[in-house]
Parts: sequence; C-alpha cells; structure tokens
Amino acid sequence: MTDVAWIGAALTAARPQAVAALLRYFRNLDIAEEAFQEACLRALKSWPVNGPPRDPAAWCIFVGRNSALDEMRRRNKHDSLPDDDVIPDGEASESAMVDRVDSSAYQDDVLRLLFICCQPELPATQQIAVALRIVSGLSVAQIASAFLVSEAAMAQRITRAKRAITQSAVEFETPGPVERAERLSAVAAMIYLLFNEGYSASGGEAHVRVPLCEEAIRLGRLLLRLFPGESEIMGLTALMLLQHARAAARLDENNNIVLLDDQERSKWDRALIAEGLVLVEKAQRQGIPGTYQLQAALAAVHARAARPQDTDWSQIDQIYAVLEVLQPSPVITLNRAVAVSKVRGAGAALEMLDPLAEPLAGYFHYFGVRGALLKELGRVADARAAFNQAIALARTAAEAAHIRMNLDKLNS
Amino acid sequence: MFYCILCYNLESELQAWTREKEATVMARREAVAHALASQGRLGPVGKLMPTTTAMTVRASREPLVLDGPFAETKEQLLGFYLVDCKSLEDALEVALELVGDTGSLEVRPLAQFYPGIGLQ
Repeated sequence: MTDVAWIGAALTAARPQAVAALLRYFRNLDIAEEAFQEACLRALKSWPVNGPPRDPAAWCIFVGRNSALDEMRRRNKHDSLPDDDVIPDGEASESAMVDRVDSSAYQDDVLRLLFICCQPELPATQQIAVALRIVSGLSVAQIASAFLVSEAAMAQRITRAKRAITQSAVEFETPGPVERAERLSAVAAMIYLLFNEGYSASGGEAHVRVPLCEEAIRLGRLLLRLFPGESEIMGLTALMLLQHARAAARLDENNNIVLLDDQERSKWDRALIAEGLVLVEKAQRQGIPGTYQLQAALAAVHARAARPQDTDWSQIDQIYAVLEVLQPSPVITLNRAVAVSKVRGAGAALEMLDPLAEPLAGYFHYFGVRGALLKELGRVADARAAFNQAIALARTAAEAAHIRMNLDKLNS
Repeated sequence: MFYCILCYNLESELQAWTREKEATVMARREAVAHALASQGRLGPVGKLMPTTTAMTVRASREPLVLDGPFAETKEQLLGFYLVDCKSLEDALEVALELVGDTGSLEVRPLAQFYPGIGLQ
C-alpha cells in the first residue's frame, strides 16, 4: 500500500526540514546531507514494510541523526560528539521524538538552510544551483539539464559553491528579529531568481525549465507556511503564482514570447490565479507595502481583467506610484507612464517620459513606448523616429517584429 | 444521518506529488464520489486552497484576526460554514460576526467546489 511514488514525494517534502535540523545538530553540511541520505535509504526499506510514519520529517531527523552518530563512533571512538541537548537522545519512540523537536525551531532551521545558499560572493546562478541541490534535493543531472549545461560543469559549480558555504561562518544561534528579516529578504530574492530562471526562458529550452518555476513556488509556499505573517513572502508567492498562471498562454507554437495583450486569456490557470489573488489581498491587509507585494498587485490587476480592454489602468497607475516611492527607478516611471496614458491620455504620459530620455537612452522599451505615445498624438514623423530607434535596440526578433508592426500601421 | 468526512494529509507532501500520483488519488476519490452522487447521497464537496491562504479569527476581548491556519492542537473541530464572499475581507467580516466571545474560526477559500444534491 505504500508505493514508491508516495515515498519519493514524502522524502522530497521532508528534506528541507530534515536536512536543516541535521545541519543545526552536526553544524556540518556534508554530514547533514549524508545523514539524510542514509535516512532515505532506510525509509525505502522500512516504510513499505512498517507503513509510513506520521511525521516523515521527524522520522528522517531521528534516524539520520542516529545513523550518523553510529558512523562517527565507528570511525573514531575518540571523536568528540555534538552536545546532546540540541536534540534529546535516548530510546525515544518516534511519537515522543516528534513532540520533543520544537516545531518553532524548524522555522529558523529551514530559513538558515536556504540562507546559507545565498552567499553574496556566489553568482546568482550558483546560489540557485546549490539551493536546488541542498534544499530541493534535485540531482546534479536534473539541475544541469534545467540550466542547459553539462553534468560535469554543473557538478563543478556546485562543488565550488558548497566549498564557499562550508568556509563561511554560519550563525547557528537563533537569529534576532533584524537578522531574521535580513535572511528572509535574501532568501526571497534567491527564490525569485530561481523562478525567473524558468520564467524568462523561451525558445526550444522553455519546457525544460518549467520545473524551476514549480520548484520556486513550492519553496515560496514552504517559507510562507513557516512564516505565515510575512507580507512580503505572501507577495512573493502571489507574484510567482500569478505569473506562472500565464505559462500556457505566454509562448506561441514556436516558443516565442506572446505579449500580455495578445495572450489567449482562456489559457490562464484559474486555480493559480485564485490562490494568488487571495494572497495579494492577505498581504495588503497588513498595510505595509513591499516590492513583491506591489508587483503581485500589478499582476493581480491583469489577472482580474477578462479582456485587455477591461484592465483597471488607474489602479495600475496607483500601484506604480507607490513603487516609484519605494524603489525609484526610470523603468518603473516608464511603466507608470503607460498606465497614465490609458487614464489621462498620451500627452500626460509623454511629459513623464522626457526626464527619462537620458537614463533610458539605450533602452528598447523606452523608444517603443515613446513611439506609441507619439503615434497616438498624431505626431507621425516623431513616432517613426522613435520606432526606428527601438528597432535598433531590440534584443530579440519578437521585439523587433512587434515594433515593425507598429511602423507598418503608421505608414498605412 | 448526515456524516461529514474531513480530509487530512501533509500539505508539503501533496505539493511534491507528481502529476501521475495526483491523478491516481483524485481518480479514486472521484469514483467513490460519483457512485455516492448516483445514489443521491452526496452533499457538497470542496477542495480547500493551501493553508498559506488561510486566516484565523480568534475570540478574545477584542476578536483577533491572525495570518495563517488554525494551529492549536488542544481544541477540536466542531463544525463548518460554507459562505459565498466577494473577498477575503468580506469572509473575515462574516467570521467576526460569527465568532462572538468563544472559539476560533479558520477562514480558507475553496479551490474547487461541487454542490452535490440538496440533501433532505
């Protein structure tokens, strides 16, 4: 009755919590990973015979810890062993064990495990790769294929990243509120990078990378279960759900990106949208605006519109206004100008664009938006000049094609 | 007699299921539900959204509205309401009205809903 697929899922689900607790106990990542591995092997033998444990994570911590301690004793009788007060020892039954592992410690354990992957000196792709290996338990081959590199190259990257982690000073004490907030924000950024590795893919490799989005969502939900009151983690999870909901409509048959306005909205995943919308509302109740939350709120406005013309642009304008204060950037102002053009007309939007000419001089979208506004105002020659500049700056064939279509309309 | 059958499982595990595993589980449950429906014995069936979408209203001198699912293990599950709400805020208002000076109410949206037949 205990099938292998179930055991696989149970072990995958138990992994972050179990490896994190074992890391706190042994204070050594390699030992923690090996101990969990050993627990998995024993689970595959024991669970089909004895039935599944009620709490697979606690089972893995208990069995993994004991097997690693046995192994250490065998190897060297003189090795000093970790203090026993971290996880109580003894012939505890599994249920007693579950009671004794303080569930509130799990929060900080899992956060620590995610946080050690966010070594600032590691490039983003290495942070993500090592998190997929340590936290998610993906094989090196699986990670390599998602990143479209050879297994040997990925193995090397992960080894290097792990060395950086081992050499860094990991803080094992319970973090204070400020430190916890810093860790949460670093981890949130890493999870969103992981999501974007999958989300920004197009072309032939796109379908290979979808699992990266799904894994990022799984980690987002995990983090939110541990920190249920964190509005930015609600926002992050909502943002990923609302963006991933469009996955089926986002690429055409040639795997080229389809712009939001041209997407077939019936292909959007309504279940993911519904969940994302609730999380946005939940986050907003707290009245503490944050960048993930606001980006999720933008995605929510689009998700609520049945057709592009139903979009509530004044709400988008308001959200960008808050984002402009929180995270001032010319790109945010440019995006806000698009919303303003729909609410107050192209003239008002064009005024907002003028101060952006210098910072966005090399930015494709700036000229695309500028051209569209000028076209709307009937300034054909100026519009043409802007569109031509946009084409010169286009990074993909799809971007250039989109602008050419606008140029053709201008000429007809 | 009407019986309420409540579903429990480890959420983290469900979220790690493969699509095949999920399809197998759902197929089994749907087959049973279908048989019950054809006998006129099936009332409403709902699948809840993940606990990350949940909020809890707890009776206190001033009722508390908390993020997250109902997490205490000392109290027992005693009943439920299914309410059509425009928004989470709307649902919380209903819960605040219901809670009075005793107990806790978890507010959680439904991911799927099957109305069943009007049981008599």
